[in-house]
Amino acid sequence: MNIDKKIADDLVANDISFVTTVPCKQLAGVIEEVEARDEIFHIPSNKEDEGMGLCAGAWMGGKRPAIIMQNTAIGVTINTLATLIQYYRMPLPMLISYRGELREPVACQVEMAVHTKALLAQMNIPTYHFHKQSDVEELDMILKYTFMCNKPVAILTDANFWGGYGDQ
Amino acid sequence: MIRSEILKDIAPILRDQLVVCNIGIPSQELHAIDDQPTNFYMLGTMGLASSIGLGLALAQPKTVIAIDGDGSVLTNMGSLPTIANNVADNYILMIIDNGSYGSTGDQPTYAGKKTSLAKVAEACGCENVIECRDVDTGEVLQKAIDSGKMHVLVVKCDSGNAKMPVITMDPVVIRDRFMKAVSA
Ligand SMILES: [Mg+2]
Repeated sequence: MNIDKKIADDLVANDISFVTTVPCKQLAGVIEEVEARDEIFHIPSNKEDEGMGLCAGAWMGGKRPAIIMQNTAIGVTINTLATLIQYYRMPLPMLISYRGELREPVACQVEMAVHTKALLAQMNIPTYHFHKQSDVEELDMILKYTFMCNKPVAILTDANFWGGYGDQ
Repeated sequence: MIRSEILKDIAPILRDQLVVCNIGIPSQELHAIDDQPTNFYMLGTMGLASSIGLGLALAQPKTVIAIDGDGSVLTNMGSLPTIANNVADNYILMIIDNGSYGSTGDQPTYAGKKTSLAKVAEACGCENVIECRDVDTGEVLQKAIDSGKMHVLVVKCDSGNAKMPVITMDPVVIRDRFMKAVSA
């Protein structure tokens, strides 16, 4: 299974046509796939809170959005999640590269990894953790759930899910 | 002129457009001067008016005017390259530049000192960047709408706020009303 293609397929199948991204090494393949899809307008953002603003606007304009980002950005976006996405009750699937988990080679990444789930829990954000490749099978249901309840929903995807870092 | 005088001046132009309005006193002033379902008031999240406006403009064909402030643009300056590189010709970013953080007590911003937001926008790659005087806002804004080209307007004006009530409308009501106006 090519998980990058599978993720992009699920986004398209759920009518998600506006995707903003801030890159992460683990997400390079899925970002490339999103960029290649005609059904998706891909707009890279410079910071994740900016990206959430773009998504909020796109949703009010009638498009289903998604953001692809790294878990370190949870530290950047708490205020935006609380006072924009949640306060105005907007749906936002967040496909998050979960750095600092098993098979992580960079020690500093662990420093935000240990806060990631606690922060998401504190924010009452429904959170799913993809650890094995087969976990991706739930993505379609998670996306449907997100647009059913109009909430931000986090999908944490760790290094083991992506198949490790190779030689890094 | 201060911001509220400009908003009063251009209210007849704004009335027919989708407007995303910056957090704090700007939204309170616009709400008090001419509340419309086509106005999206930001109640929180300083800095994101320009991003919300761009997302909205890219997603649908109606003209979108984001009313932003100098302090808010400074806090989300990364928005300008994104705007420049994803041109939406139905989008106008109007920065009311009074050189101060109006909602927090008129502390000076760097835009009122050495930093030129018009030059920053140009350096980011934005086209049709116009810096204008407060008294010319209506004329410049109408021209920008009529041109059918994306614009960044930097309106230089005086620092100061009108005393307006806090917006008590529920955020979900603001958003729902706005989305109905967008799709009408
Ligand atoms: Mg100001």
